Amino acid sequence: MGFISRGFHGRPRDEGVKLPPGQYLVHDFPVLSAGPTPRVPLDRWEFAIDTEDGRTHRWSWRELMALPSETPTVDLHCVTKWSKLGTAWKGVSLDTLFADVESSAEYALVYSYGGYTTNLPVEDLLDGKAWIVYEFDGEELAAAHGGPARLLVPHLYLWKSAKWVQGIRLLNEDWPGFWETAGYHNYGDPWREQRYQGD
Amino acid sequence: MTEPAQDSYQDGNALAGPLREIFAVDVTAAGGQCVHCGLTGPVASLRVYGHAPGLVARCPGCDEVVLRLVRGPESAWLDLRGTVSLRIPLPAQGVPDGSEAGPA
Repeated sequence: MGFISRGFHGRPRDEGVKLPPGQYLVHDFPVLSAGPTPRVPLDRWEFAIDTEDGRTHRWSWRELMALPSETPTVDLHCVTKWSKLGTAWKGVSLDTLFADVESSAEYALVYSYGGYTTNLPVEDLLDGKAWIVYEFDGEELAAAHGGPARLLVPHLYLWKSAKWVQGIRLLNEDWPGFWETAGYHNYGDPWREQRYQGD
Repeated sequence: MTEPAQDSYQDGNALAGPLREIFAVDVTAAGGQCVHCGLTGPVASLRVYGHAPGLVARCPGCDEVVLRLVRGPESAWLDLRGTVSLRIPLPAQGVPDGSEAGPA
């Protein structure tokens, strides 16, 4: 089964570090990508939240930068089995972006420049659990890692933290995203090892 | 907005081994048509992004997804929705020699 990616090969577990089941520790930052890297000029960059009743809230890059920022330090768990601990980010909490959004939708479909999508419950985006981040390790976020801005939802497998995020569509029905329609788990909790459908 | 030349992908021959696990024939030799732009060509000409949770094969003409393959521990998921159809070369079927059919 080694053909999918290098990450599927087993690696020795680091001693004394608590990781989700089946994960191994890395100290570099692997780049995974399902397509060409989008290059989005900041003067054309825009982030949107689209509500279930057709209203759209938009932020330009300048408007995003003007919002209060946070500096979460979080662990990352990729479904290809690597984990990276203590990563330092800067960005805007989704609580801030949702502050003026009126919605009773339970589901979110995150969409990205380049066409990527991923789905998750709205409640997993709120209460300090998710950010739109634009700096990593004190530097502007590189395009290879999702810059200029990506979603960060560290309590779920990293495929949910959409690179090159463009918007979030709020929905009354769950709408599986790119990997969720190709065999991967709909929710993706690394601590319950929800990698594939049926896990 | 995209600069494919800077991205890391292989040609569609990278699909040969993974698809051989599923199909009895070499699918990379098949001809296909992209749903998105209509380009036709062999599966081997697709651009395959493999540093990902699965294999994502994109059209060399429009970069849209033509084929996706995810291999779990006990199942594979194959998505061909980006393909109009595949023309799969097969050995010629036997030509009737007249001994089994014809006027009585």
